[in-house]
Amino acid sequence: MPTAWGGFTLHWYAALVDNEVILNSVRNTLIVAVVSTALATVIGTLLALGIEQGRRNGFLEAFVFTPMIIPDIVLAIALLSFFTTLKVTLGLHSIILAHVVFNIAFVCAVVRTRLKHFDYSVIEASIDLGASQMGTFWRITLPMIFPGVLAGALLAFTLSVDEFIIAFFTAGAGPSSTTFPMQVYSMIRFGVSPEVNAIATIVLGVSFTLILISQRLGKGVTP
Amino acid sequence: MGPGLTWLAVFLVVPCGLVFTYSFFERGLYGGIDYLFTFENYTRAIDPLYLKIFLQSLKIATMTTVLALLLGYPAAYFIARAPRSRQNIYLILAILPFWSNYLIRTYAWIVMLNREGLINRVLEGAGMIDEPLPLLYNEFSIIVGLLYAYLPFMILSLYASIARLGSELGEASTDLGGNALKTFLGVTLPLTLPGIGAGCVFVFVLSIGNFITPELLGGGKYIMIGNLIYDQFLSARDWPFGASLAFILIGIMMALLFMQAMLVNRYSGGSNRA
Repeated sequence: MPTAWGGFTLHWYAALVDNEVILNSVRNTLIVAVVSTALATVIGTLLALGIEQGRRNGFLEAFVFTPMIIPDIVLAIALLSFFTTLKVTLGLHSIILAHVVFNIAFVCAVVRTRLKHFDYSVIEASIDLGASQMGTFWRITLPMIFPGVLAGALLAFTLSVDEFIIAFFTAGAGPSSTTFPMQVYSMIRFGVSPEVNAIATIVLGVSFTLILISQRLGKGVTP
Repeated sequence: MGPGLTWLAVFLVVPCGLVFTYSFFERGLYGGIDYLFTFENYTRAIDPLYLKIFLQSLKIATMTTVLALLLGYPAAYFIARAPRSRQNIYLILAILPFWSNYLIRTYAWIVMLNREGLINRVLEGAGMIDEPLPLLYNEFSIIVGLLYAYLPFMILSLYASIARLGSELGEASTDLGGNALKTFLGVTLPLTLPGIGAGCVFVFVLSIGNFITPELLGGGKYIMIGNLIYDQFLSARDWPFGASLAFILIGIMMALLFMQAMLVNRYSGGSNRA
């Protein structure tokens, strides 16, 4: 156990920087998070706009909400079965496809709260004044809902970086598609070394710095 | 709207439908699936061997939920009644753990609870115990881990319903001669029932589906439904049985969500009279 304490050292932090396996898993996590966040932000925002502008539809709203409440393990095995049945080779791409599923739900939920207070007469005014549909979207709608879109994207990114269960099932065998949480899991479960403590400290430090920054930014956006 | 619904149809509805159909087929000789219709996977789930795991999961999830409610209610009450300016800070503190990795938070409990861990060291140092307490790899450590992970959900749901209540009703009750306990039991508690229901459902559903915490903090000895599903898919390669377990889990969840919706309906009708 790494808890029997034998004095201070920075050795484990240095070991971390040289650990190719860990660095590779961090790289994989960032690829998955960036791509799935980008896809989910576009798709989720369109979905939110569609739901809020259309007629109220309880079934549709519940459906879009499903990925948020379905147990992770169920979604994970469902996607594993799906990819295997279609004989899709597993890897980073299958993790990305899977992450987009729940990211869409979260982006959509966040953007919808922003749209609740949206003044649709602004859009009508824009069209009346001769702007095209697309022009109105890019120059009026999008800038107005942008804080919501950004918040949704940040949430999706954070969830994606931390997500373990679904990635674990849809990654397939082989170290090339191991994400950072998967790496941490195997380190905790199999070879406990003080490196885990060093990783944990770094992750906590980064997480809390990010939340501090987002708090500061948040104050600037909404007084 | 099109791309979103298409995505969810292809990567959510179709996969779940696939698992649902698998749950009615037989397991192939070498893993895989034999496409022969059967109910056997569901009847097998009530075999005493598996029933025990279901009951154990229900017990752990129930205890976690009850403890979360007992700890969460005073906390939420305190936050909701704090000065406005401070409520936000308290809420951020309550959800702060969410911003770090779940596995690392669970690992932290291993470090705290093991035989040479912080808690045992301190107790031994203080001369309160001679032998280290067996704090890790049992039901206790699983419940501690789940409680720690999901308490913020409980606090947030309760906070929302207590804050909406305002303090006027309580004052009115006190003015009319109710003491603090009477006011709490007769006014505050019934009116925050929907929040209690929502918080309990959140914690229960998340706890019962969890398999990481039992795996890491239970030391693999105390398995829950989630671990069973995991084993069927990744170790035993019995997908049909794993699929049926997944749908039983979803069934339990749906029943709870339905009950919670009924509770909200009843109380949103009742609160008009109050």
